[in-house]
Formats: sequence, structure tokens, C-alpha cells
Amino acid sequence: MALVLTEEQQLLRDTATQFFQERVPVANLRRLRDTKEPAGFDRGAWKEMADLGFAGILISEKYGGTDFGPVGLGLVLEQAGRTLAASPLVSTVLLCGSAVQLAGSATQRQEILPAIAAGELIMALTLEEGAHHNPTRIATRAVSEGSSYRISGKKTFVLDGHVADRLIVAARTSGKEDDKSGITLFLVDAKTKGVSIQRTLMVDSRNAANISFDNVVVSADNVLGSVDGGTDVLDQVLDIARVGLSAELLGLVQAVFDQTVTYLKERKQFGVVIGSFQALKHRAADMFAEIELCRSVVLDALSALEARRNDVPQAASLAKARLSDTARLVTNEGLQMHGGMGMTDQFDVGLYMKRARVAAATFGDGNFHRDRYAALEGF
Amino acid sequence: MEPIEKFRLETREWLEANCPASMRTPTPEEETPWGGRNATWANPDSKVWLDRMASRGWTAPTWPKEYGGGGLTKEESLVLGQEMRRIKARQPLSSFGLWMLGPALLEFANEEQKREHLPPIVRGEIRWCQGYSEPGAGSDLAGLQTKAEDKGDHYLVNGQKIWTSYADKADWIFCLVRTDTAKKHDGISFLLFDMTTPGVEARPISMISGASPFCETFFTDVTVPKKNLVGELNKGWTIAKRLLQHERDMISGMGLGSGVGSSASLEALAKDYFGEANGRVASAALREHIARQKMDGKAFALTLQRTAEEAKAGVGTGAASSIFKYYGTELNKRRYELLLEILGTQGLGWEGEGFTEEELGVTRSWLRSKGNSIEGGTSEVQLNVVAKRVLGLPD
Repeated sequence: MALVLTEEQQLLRDTATQFFQERVPVANLRRLRDTKEPAGFDRGAWKEMADLGFAGILISEKYGGTDFGPVGLGLVLEQAGRTLAASPLVSTVLLCGSAVQLAGSATQRQEILPAIAAGELIMALTLEEGAHHNPTRIATRAVSEGSSYRISGKKTFVLDGHVADRLIVAARTSGKEDDKSGITLFLVDAKTKGVSIQRTLMVDSRNAANISFDNVVVSADNVLGSVDGGTDVLDQVLDIARVGLSAELLGLVQAVFDQTVTYLKERKQFGVVIGSFQALKHRAADMFAEIELCRSVVLDALSALEARRNDVPQAASLAKARLSDTARLVTNEGLQMHGGMGMTDQFDVGLYMKRARVAAATFGDGNFHRDRYAALEGF
Repeated sequence: MEPIEKFRLETREWLEANCPASMRTPTPEEETPWGGRNATWANPDSKVWLDRMASRGWTAPTWPKEYGGGGLTKEESLVLGQEMRRIKARQPLSSFGLWMLGPALLEFANEEQKREHLPPIVRGEIRWCQGYSEPGAGSDLAGLQTKAEDKGDHYLVNGQKIWTSYADKADWIFCLVRTDTAKKHDGISFLLFDMTTPGVEARPISMISGASPFCETFFTDVTVPKKNLVGELNKGWTIAKRLLQHERDMISGMGLGSGVGSSASLEALAKDYFGEANGRVASAALREHIARQKMDGKAFALTLQRTAEEAKAGVGTGAASSIFKYYGTELNKRRYELLLEILGTQGLGWEGEGFTEEELGVTRSWLRSKGNSIEGGTSEVQLNVVAKRVLGLPD
């Protein structure tokens, strides 16, 4: 487990903590929401994040990245989770950047990775086709026509889909829906003819889109990785994203818990602070225990990615399941313990609860990952 | 070669040469090596193995050599543990002396007491029991009433203890006694005495599991020499609390699944008892339940590991350790409930024909596991401690 941070990582954590607290506090998310900001995130803040090296955190120095690795990324995401900072980190860096780094040709890497690291290119992975995460249930088809492909299908819940400059499309080139093989990844410019993008306003005030592809023609040069070999790449980048989201949720859970414990020490009823009531003490202590376990599984999953351990899938599912469920517990309890004030928009706990649900549903909730863990472990 | 690797090779060689073949298998209940004056050896190899390990002080690897211990560094002790696990060697000695009393004596006892009591613990010659709880002092342990009166050259002990594990089999007891009735916590002292002293009587209590590991222990005018007081008079509560920490550490390890039913995996049992479909446990509901249990167990194990690593590196607050007893025991109870569900009616036998030893063992262990969240500080007391000490919530 990567417990003792290097000097570089400590510096990164301190930088990230200060940056998100001062530059992207919860008030920033409120402003984006209330102004219906078209981008759905703060482009200025994203540029600053790129300048701090956050956008290039998984990208090697050769391509203009900072290459701090997964543990470094986890440190940044945890801090982003604390302040509910909206940014294209998941869509552009964790998913698309990783996919290009893993499967891209030299040309594709050269063209895309430096632009991501510089914060100049926003990308989105179009994957899901139903209301539940299912990376192999893909009906969208790409038919080979000589030196090009013709893509048709509908995608949903595409993170940052409405602001992305380029898309990675997971489409079926062979086999039938639910087959593990036969999926190919394509790089598609968002402005290509036949691509229609509809922004979906989500409960967490962040970005997603429904995107349909109507006979979209792309050159065979735009295949990312091998034809029919997309699943292997998807598995890897999805695990990176799951671990990243778990790190974000860790920060979120810790923030809600800290705010709740503070409230328990301040709010008075019956002439005493409500934190003196055993009914609340025990629930708070129980959450503390769950959160300690959360921290362990997130650190372990980040270490697994960093060391390229062969149990990355198990570690990722362990982390994502636990963090999804604990985030539900802690936001529900946090709201309840804030009483009526927790129900008001003025208090942040509701915002945390909304984000917790979306992050939980992104790339597999507790149910999905317990089932996946069981399958990985042979039962 | 690094000295630690040299140590590893020598240890491996010694274990290979000295660990009897039958000591490289899981320990059946009846072969638990408790030691003591009246020790019985269901398997004679247990005694051979204990004596060999004790001769090197390796029953207590990190205790100082002058008290019979192995004098190993923490790192060497870890290596010894790894090498023992490598050949699946049994623990040579199960002992409250090793797990609870010894560490407290090393910290609080005087030189004479250490020399008298520690070496026999290492060699498994004296079996200890713990005189803590009383009928009127459970969670409120400091309310204990068993009193020790100063009679000049000795103390006179009168009172009753309860839940004294194996008091009927123990040779000595470490006992909390009241030496000042005007004060609560500051009126408690820590005494050691021989269970064969006149006036000591232990009566086993029948438990729901059918076993009787606990006793009611009565003291009627028991004479205890003054040299058997550990630490200062009326300062026993500090020792008592520290020892409780050792006890909780011992109990929280249970969450990782030791004991009956731990050798077979939950999923293997489920496939066996419930059936298999396409290589998976046939019931989706049960499968999800098993996955949850295994994932919680893994998360808990990682937390123990993280805390140990943080302590070694000198980072972190150590606050996580306050949840170990609570989480570990609750996890173990859930595990046995799940085992029972998996076994169905085969997990509900009491004795006799129609059930395997393993099945009956699971049933009894399920019943025994209920005590995990009561003994050594209930779950509720543990949560109080976390709320107060870690979260700073007021009384």
C-alpha cells in the first residue's frame, strides 16, 4: 500500500488541497448550477488545473504530462471530492486519456495526449446504452466499408458529452449484444455529420449527454486499438475510472462526515448539544468505522494500479462497491442528523447527497461490483 | 546478504528440521496447546513442538531474552511468522499469559515479578486466567467490588468474579481487586495469585454452545503475599486498561476468520450445499451475501495492514485501531450467520448421527461467536469509546 507519500506526492496533495478549497469550493458548483453555465464546469479553473499538472497526471512526460501516476491522481481526486469540484478529470483524463495512452497509435498519442495535458482538449467516452452500467451490452454498430466505418446507434449518460471536442465511441464490429468480443473503439470528432448531442441535466448539476450516431462515417485510421479488441482496453480504463471515482467519493464522504460531526457538536436541543445523545453517537462511530475501511480500499486500489498488480479488477470493484454504498450511508445519515436544515438548499449536505448518487451509478454501483467481484473470484 | 535474509534462511532451516509433520496441519479444538501444570496432550507432538519453540523463546518472539523470550526485532518476528505460515506450522502455545498478561508485566511489573512469571509463560508451564468481570461489574468494569484488605504482610481477598475463562483449568489468576472503597477507578489494584490457594473456587458455567469455557470464581478469605501486587497500590486501573487493549487486539483478529469453518471458503461451501449454475453459486441472493461478506473481510484486513504500516512509518493517527474490536467481532458474527444460512438444516444439528464434525463445529462456533461482541468490551462500549476519544462527542 502506498502509505508513505514521496516528497513530490506530498507537495501535490498540499497544492490540490489549497487549490480546491480556495479556487473551486462548493460555492463554485452552486454558481454553475444557478447560472446554468453552458459548459457545466469552470473552464478557467480547468485551465488552472492543467497548469498545475492535474490534467496530465497520468500522461508520460514524453507527451507533455506530469506522470505523477495513479496515487497522485487519487490525491487530487480526493480533494476535488471534498469540495464537489466539477471538472473533466474523469471523462478526459481517466477514461479517454488512459484509453489513448493504452491503445493509441504513435500518431494518435502525439495528436491527443499533449492537448489533454495542456487542458485544451475535452474528450468523452460514449459507452452506456441503458440505465445500468453494462460495458458489453452494446448494440451500436460500426460497419466496415472499405477504408472507413459507418456508425449507427444511441448512447446515454456520456460524461461531459455535450462539451467534448472528440469522442471515443464503443461500437460493435462483430458478434451480438452482450458478447464480450467484437467491440471496437473509434475516435470521432464531435462535429462529424450524423452525430447529435443532447445535454442531460443531472441531479448533481454536472454534465452528461445522450448522443446518437446516425450513419456517421469515420476513416479506419480512427480505430483506437485493434478491431474487435475494445473490451480489453475498456476493462482497463473503466477500472482506472472506478478507482478514481472511489477516491473522489472518499473525499466526499469525509467532507460530509466532518461537517456532520461539527454540527452534532454545535446544535442544541433539550438544553444540550445533540452530539451527547447516544443514539447519534453510535451511528457516528459506526460511520467512522466504515470510512476507515473506505480509506484502506481506496489506497489499496490506487496502489494496485500504480504497481500494475494483477488483481486490479478485484481491488477496483472492492473500492467502488464500498465507496458507493458508504457514500449513500454517510450522506443519508448526514442529512438526517442535520434535521430540517439538511433538507434546505442552503446547506451543502444535499449537494453532496446528489453527487454521491451519480458517482455511485457511474461505472457500476455496489450491486454491480459485488457481482463482478464474485465472478472474478470464481463464484 | 542482508542480515534479515540470513535470519530468514536460518529460521526456515530450523523450522524445517524441528516442526513435527503433524504440527503442520490446522489445530483441532481438542489439541489447542494451552499448557499449564495439568496440561493434557491429545497429540504428543504438540508438547515436542512447544518445547522446541520455547527453547528458542519463539513462543514469545519479541520478549527480551532475559525473561525467556526470543529477543527478536519486530522485523525478525514478522519473518518468523511468515516462515511459520509458509509451512502451515501451528502456533505452539495458546495462552492468556502470552497474549494479555505478559505484555502488561513487561510494562508495569518489577524486576522480581518479571523473572518469576515471564519465563514459565514462555515455556507454557503456567496457565493464567483473567479475573476482571463481576456479577455487578460488566461494561462498568470499574464498579468491581471484590476486595483485598491490607493485613500487614499479606492481602486478604474476598468476592466473586464471573466469565473467568478457563478458571477451572488455570494455575494462576491476574485479578482486579478493590483496595480503596472510597474511590472508583483510583481504588483498584492488580494482583496475581495461585489458583490452588485455599479459598479459591471455580465453577464452570454452561453456555448456549453447550461448552463451559467460562467460570464463576469465588474468593473466600484468600491470602495473597504482598509481593504479588503489580504496580502501585490503587493504580491498577491503568494496567487493567492496557491489558484490555491487548485483549481487544486478540479478539478483533477473529474477524479474519479463524476457527471452525474457516478452512473451507464460503463460496465453496455454498456451491456444495446450495448448488452451482454455470460455475457460479446457484442462488444470486446468497452469492451477493457471500460477496459482501468477503469484501468486508478484505477491507477490514487491509485496514489492519494499513494501520500497521502507518505505525511503522510513523504516519497517521492510529485512530483506525479503535474500531478493530467492534468491526472485527461484528464481522465474525455475520460470517457465522452466513455459514449457517449456507449449511441450511445441516448447520442446525446439535450432536450425534446425521451431521459431520465440521457441520456440528459450525453450529457450536456460531453460538460461541455471539459472545465476541460482548466479551472484552461490548460493541456498544466500543462505539462509546470511538465517539468520545476519536470524534470528540461530549458526554
